[in-house]
Amino acid sequence: MTEFGNVQIASKRGITRRAALQGLGVVAGAAAAPGFVRYAQAQSSEPIRIGFQCHRTGIGAAYGRWYERVTSATAKLINEAGGINGRPLEIIIEDDGTDPARGAEVVQKFANQHRVDLIYGTLFSHVVVGSAPAAGELKIPYYVVSEGYHVASGKMNRYCVQPGITDVKAQVRSVAPWIAQNLGKKVTLVFPDYAFGHDHRDFFGPALQAQGGEVVALVPIPPTETSFTRYLPQIPRDTDVIYHVMVGPAVLTFVKELGEFFGSGGPQLFGFIDSLEAVDINSPGLEFLEGSHFWEGMSRYAQPNMPEYEAVYRRTVGIDENGASVNDPNDVSTAAHMFGCWETLYVIKAAMEAVDYRGPQDRAKMIEATEAMTEIDAGPEHPQGRKTFNGKIHQVFGEQNISQVKDGKLQVVHRTSLEDGLYEPEADYTTMPF
Amino acid sequence: MAFGPYLLLATLEGLVTAAVLALMALGLSLVFGVMRVVNVAHGEFYMLGAVLAWWVASFFGGHPALGFLAALVLSPIMVATIAFLAERLVLRRLNYEPEATIVATIGLLYIIQQLALTFYGPDARPVQAPFDMRIALPWFGYSGYKLAVIAASILLILVAWILLTRTRLGLIMRATQYDRETAQTFAIPIDRVHAGVFALGAGLAALAAVLIVPIQQAHYLMGHDPLLLSFIVVIIGGLGSLRGTVVAALLIGLSDGIISMFFSPTLAKMLATLLVALVLVFRPQGLFGVAAR
Repeated sequence: MTEFGNVQIASKRGITRRAALQGLGVVAGAAAAPGFVRYAQAQSSEPIRIGFQCHRTGIGAAYGRWYERVTSATAKLINEAGGINGRPLEIIIEDDGTDPARGAEVVQKFANQHRVDLIYGTLFSHVVVGSAPAAGELKIPYYVVSEGYHVASGKMNRYCVQPGITDVKAQVRSVAPWIAQNLGKKVTLVFPDYAFGHDHRDFFGPALQAQGGEVVALVPIPPTETSFTRYLPQIPRDTDVIYHVMVGPAVLTFVKELGEFFGSGGPQLFGFIDSLEAVDINSPGLEFLEGSHFWEGMSRYAQPNMPEYEAVYRRTVGIDENGASVNDPNDVSTAAHMFGCWETLYVIKAAMEAVDYRGPQDRAKMIEATEAMTEIDAGPEHPQGRKTFNGKIHQVFGEQNISQVKDGKLQVVHRTSLEDGLYEPEADYTTMPF
Repeated sequence: MAFGPYLLLATLEGLVTAAVLALMALGLSLVFGVMRVVNVAHGEFYMLGAVLAWWVASFFGGHPALGFLAALVLSPIMVATIAFLAERLVLRRLNYEPEATIVATIGLLYIIQQLALTFYGPDARPVQAPFDMRIALPWFGYSGYKLAVIAASILLILVAWILLTRTRLGLIMRATQYDRETAQTFAIPIDRVHAGVFALGAGLAALAAVLIVPIQQAHYLMGHDPLLLSFIVVIIGGLGSLRGTVVAALLIGLSDGIISMFFSPTLAKMLATLLVALVLVFRPQGLFGVAAR
């Protein structure tokens, strides 16, 4: 232990208090400097600052990468068209590591350090659930692009809204009738064992029963699992349809092992594209997927008769006709989800313009303006399709795609109607105080 | 599924886990046995092996076996070189003090992990298996490559065993492990032996990773779980014992496969940890370890 005896505390080695104070002063000065940059034309052209809570690392990284690309493309487009109320958008990104605890810290950092106008962009449901209370306490709008039912359930707060992407409850209610009519009535659910997966578990069963079908088995899988074969024997032999939804970096392993286990002679497959987001559908070992079906929020592959605004959207965010990056055909996008970033930013723009947003004092008004929205037309600002927003539960409703793998590409074979996904609201945020 | 096929599948899955675990734990055990260094960064050498395998394989077009074989050779060598440098630059300067090396390897763990995140990125990327074969059994299908992993691991462990027990190099390593000072008196350059063993240990972890990467993708956080399991294996088997490591890897791998299939993966982890506690209480030197001298 002699080594430790020789180690000295740094300050005894000659760093004086004066030097330390000088150093501190320089650091503090440097940190404060950007704050002193004032805009000549006063507040009017100061940027609107949006804090983007991004899954840059952790299990949501593939989504984070594409959410970031879509967000910056949309912000650029909005800025080129004159910004919001004449002010440019500035996106400030913080990585939450796809971790709920860090998510809450990021929310505080946005509010107290970056002093953003609002926070936006989170996908993974456990991060939203972990971060929303902090946003509520700090009274800062929190626009999520997350899919989970947690927003619509009424368990979040007045400041948490989801106007750009539909929730799992609506999605499964939309696809359940089609599954029962076209694929089979006995369904086994394979889902990740956390909030997002539980939404699938809780809402798919009742929706399928309403169609005369039944869920014959539930196979929950821990979200950090890396090996899946061990779970597959839990799927009963008499299953007609395997309904799979998986997330995280191991999705490719999951689908491969599903193929190894069943080959092409197994039950019908209906997957949420989450099981394959950011993964090339033509990866070796995935040949068995040919003919199987997927839910897609927005189609990954360019469809033959898509409207012009959808083509513009695809060009602007930089994806080719196979849904991969125009710069790298191996960099497959998360097309089924990332449109939500584009649409949410346009909802934010609309809400801010409706109340002539000036600064944080208008935050409550902005939430009220969002709550007041109802019909949202399809178009350049909402390329995924027509939507309606329910202000009571802070949740948007829309159409869903069911696609089939044909010749190694996903082809939309059915588009559900907006009404298929509607359900009775179970909460009313508008009665909550700000 | 009937009980028989169910058990067969569980055993196969368990054997794959055991095969990879044995290789990786062998590296950890060697490093501890010879150097008395608890290498907390061992899992990151494993991760690095997988990441470099992806990198090497991405240079090769044509048949996937080409890239894989190149990775199988190059990735462990590169990881061993990095470990060698880390040993020379860090561990040696700490004089292999047990406490200091633990802290140093924790630091190494984070440095390697964050460098991988910075340069490789947060994505999981696949390496294509050298061959694509599905063995169709009457009850379920199984990956032919997974069976090849088991075979390759057995082969590599045999090689390691021969190296340790039948060669002059192995004799030198065993002598250093048995008694460092006496070995030095007999003109064994224990300084160089340490560097070599640390590199060899990391290389074994990388080798295990290259074998597993066509099954699971390379990801910057993949080193965590295998590190914990390796520690469990090494503690149960006895630090520094090759036989103990292999037996414990089989025990942990198979019980993990079977228990997690019939009950739950969490229960399998709980039982493994309980076993570690029991071993530490009743047989601190491990099942096959020799009591500390």
